[in-house]
Amino acid sequence: MAYVAVKGGEQAIAHAHAWLAEQRRGDQAVPELGTDQIEQQLGRAVDRVMAEGSIYDRSLASLAIKQAQGDLVEAAFLLRAYRTTLPRFASSLPVETARMEVARRISAIYKDLPGGQVLGPTYDYTHRLLDFALAANGGATQAAPAMDFPAERLAPVSAILQAEGLIEGDGAPSRAADLTREPLAFPAARSTRLQALARGDEGFLLALGYSTQRGYGSTHPFVGEIRVGTVAVEIEPPELGFAIDIGDITVTECQMVTQFAGSKSEPPQFTRGYGLGFGHCERKAMAMSLVDRAMRAEELGEDCTAPAQDVEFVMYHCDNVEANGFVEHLKLPHYVDFQSELETVRRMRADAARAEAAE
Amino acid sequence: MNGYNFAYLDEQTKRMIRRAILKGVAIPGHQVPFGSREMPLPYGWGTGGIQVTASVLGASDVLKVIDQGADDTTNAVSIRAFFARTAGVQTTTHTGEATIIQTRHRVPEQTLSEGQILVYQVPQPEPLYTLESSRAETRRMHGLAEYGLMHVKLYEDIARFGHVSIAYSYPVMVNARYLMSPSPIPAFDNPKLNMMPALQLFGAGREKRIYAIPPYTAVRSLDFDDHPFRLTRAPHVCALCGSDNTYLDEVVTDDRGGRMFVCSDTDWCEQSRDRRQEAAE
Amino acid sequence: MTGRLLAARGLGLRFGAIAALDGVDGDLWPGEVLAIVGESGSGKTTLLNVLSGAMQPDRGIVTYTDPAGVDHDLHAMPAPQLRALHRSDWGFVRQDPRTALRMGVTAGGNVGERLMASGIRHYGDIRATALDWLQQVEIDPARIDDLPRTFSGGMLQRLQIARTLVTHPRLVFMDEPTGGLDVSVQARLLDLIRGLVARLGIAVVLVTHDIAVARLLAGRIMVMQRGQVVEAGLTDQVLDDPQHPYTQLLVSSVLQA
Repeated sequence: MAYVAVKGGEQAIAHAHAWLAEQRRGDQAVPELGTDQIEQQLGRAVDRVMAEGSIYDRSLASLAIKQAQGDLVEAAFLLRAYRTTLPRFASSLPVETARMEVARRISAIYKDLPGGQVLGPTYDYTHRLLDFALAANGGATQAAPAMDFPAERLAPVSAILQAEGLIEGDGAPSRAADLTREPLAFPAARSTRLQALARGDEGFLLALGYSTQRGYGSTHPFVGEIRVGTVAVEIEPPELGFAIDIGDITVTECQMVTQFAGSKSEPPQFTRGYGLGFGHCERKAMAMSLVDRAMRAEELGEDCTAPAQDVEFVMYHCDNVEANGFVEHLKLPHYVDFQSELETVRRMRADAARAEAAE
Repeated sequence: MNGYNFAYLDEQTKRMIRRAILKGVAIPGHQVPFGSREMPLPYGWGTGGIQVTASVLGASDVLKVIDQGADDTTNAVSIRAFFARTAGVQTTTHTGEATIIQTRHRVPEQTLSEGQILVYQVPQPEPLYTLESSRAETRRMHGLAEYGLMHVKLYEDIARFGHVSIAYSYPVMVNARYLMSPSPIPAFDNPKLNMMPALQLFGAGREKRIYAIPPYTAVRSLDFDDHPFRLTRAPHVCALCGSDNTYLDEVVTDDRGGRMFVCSDTDWCEQSRDRRQEAAE
Repeated sequence: MTGRLLAARGLGLRFGAIAALDGVDGDLWPGEVLAIVGESGSGKTTLLNVLSGAMQPDRGIVTYTDPAGVDHDLHAMPAPQLRALHRSDWGFVRQDPRTALRMGVTAGGNVGERLMASGIRHYGDIRATALDWLQQVEIDPARIDDLPRTFSGGMLQRLQIARTLVTHPRLVFMDEPTGGLDVSVQARLLDLIRGLVARLGIAVVLVTHDIAVARLLAGRIMVMQRGQVVEAGLTDQVLDDPQHPYTQLLVSSVLQA
């Protein structure tokens, strides 16, 4: 009977999952992809999934990418759902990016600066020509020249400006809220906004950051500095009373030097937008720093007219796990509500027909 | 299930959610923010309802899960399986047997009784969201009970269509104080919320809000004195059980305009068929 | 207090080095129209914001007397009470009607909102009142179900006035209500405001840079310069025989224009 066909059922779901597994594996004649291969050879995908999945674990991220057939939003979702069940042992101290072991550091506002411009591994300046040698498994790698990492710690570019008092300071340190534990409330502290952005969807932030460049909340940005490298994560167990190093992570940091502003209490100076993310995620960190700065419009006495400046708008819509879930939930049955709408439309049409007949 | 706590959530989280629920019960209809967790089901698929259910679920509970009124819709099956797997509780399709009923988009036809808990999955807890998009502002409006704007919406409907055109998520006043969204149940179900003997809990995971209606609380659908709230239902009887006062699904039977109307509440429909058969025997 | 609606004493407010208000006193009586005039930057809009409770002064006090004759320190009133006041006993007419109206709601809904906010729950009554008010502000009642975006600038301003006056407030603040309109449209609007205010006995605090508008509407006038009231009194008296050099300058600049 037609009626039964409308309903789902446990068996149908089980079948769907079996087909999915089969499709994921693909042609059995092709060797199965190992998570170690993903970890090693799809590093940028792993980085993005760690950032949006909000947990730094390369092997789990690789597994998620494999399980999700390379759907990175789905993979981030898998990581988030795993992450939420993990016990929390401690909160780290703020990582010191000034003490980063730098693999790449560039500045667009100084031609040269202490430590120099360090290009590191980058797609910048590559010609985007498909490399068919890679397809032919001919990617026999030439050994890259030994990287000339700066031995000394590179002072942040912002410190150069700060020494002259030309740029705002870091602000007083404060305990950061955690929006994975506490519900969002407005006005949201900058630390909370940065957390939301760091977990936020790269595509969404990219588009928003881009919109500020096209006049929707312009901040006149300059890349003060982008640095990629490893930083030590430290925790301070209360029973010890001093910090211990629990390991290194790779992060990307972007400091955008933006429009200057003065106020009653501050002389004119440059302001900053900040971006930081797990792994090598330059695009994300740059977009994040643009949006961070745009969201400070109210604080800095600028007009709030553009989407990127609307804190509620950005924070409620930047999370792709939330956005994806709610958009995709439209696939769920809605026939009860639709039935209500049908009856309402029919009634309205009947009313209209009656009114017409009466005329 | 191996490696996970009873009903998936850890006990700390459950306690946090129970505190939010208690606050919600104490202030009927008020949206209580809570630290919603990421769940292994997508947002918008019942994560709020699941967290509420997980927090009130005990080993001796009997759980029923419905979506669109039916126990066998895909999402209901999936959530029921989730709790069977993570909590190992007994499940049922019979409304009368369940101690907790998690629902999406319907209130069961059978009158619920004291001791039962009805958990609603809520996609959008803010009844004012289409009228005022800022949550900072809607919070203020709730705090000051400034609800004139909602009536403006009803006024506009009547001015344009001659009657209120809200077919589902029809806003209600709870305990004559808080404006509340009953979740996207059809307006047909709204009267069931009023003075219900069972506890009603509402969970919105993505929006991170919990609210509640304690047993025997007045719930009134918004209306005007001269345009009172009216129910809408398809003017048919159920083709399977003959009920003439239940909410009906319209089923398209062919591509030549063939239609059949059947109870959306599958448990009610089966029991009503059984009763009819017994009466005939 | 004896019948006053508002009494301001010693109001002061500074923005950094600038004194926006510097020792301002004033009273408002039921049914009178008080104009606050001055050039932009003179502090008149700041005074309006302080008198209406939107802004907190650094010094001084504004006393509001409610219909029962009870005095309230306006800036000590809890937010809910102040908001309720603005929905009932008070009204605010802004220069740009688009910021005050709900542009996605019909003319009737805009006029009816304050009624619904005050608890009226009879659709027929709300609609009848809205129709009546559209007529009072000279908008064709047939436009009741139209959206404001189809209205001209003058109509929008009249719709804002209907929306504000529908609850019969005793006091209405007006911020350059005719600013940005063509001269002919202005004249008609001024006529309308004058008629309504006189007929309904509404007290108005009117901020304007336009001496002519003040002369037409206001019984009393306060001339502001650099945060201070330099001259105050009956409008005709002040404008016909200005004592302060700044007032003389203002009046003569109108005559030249």
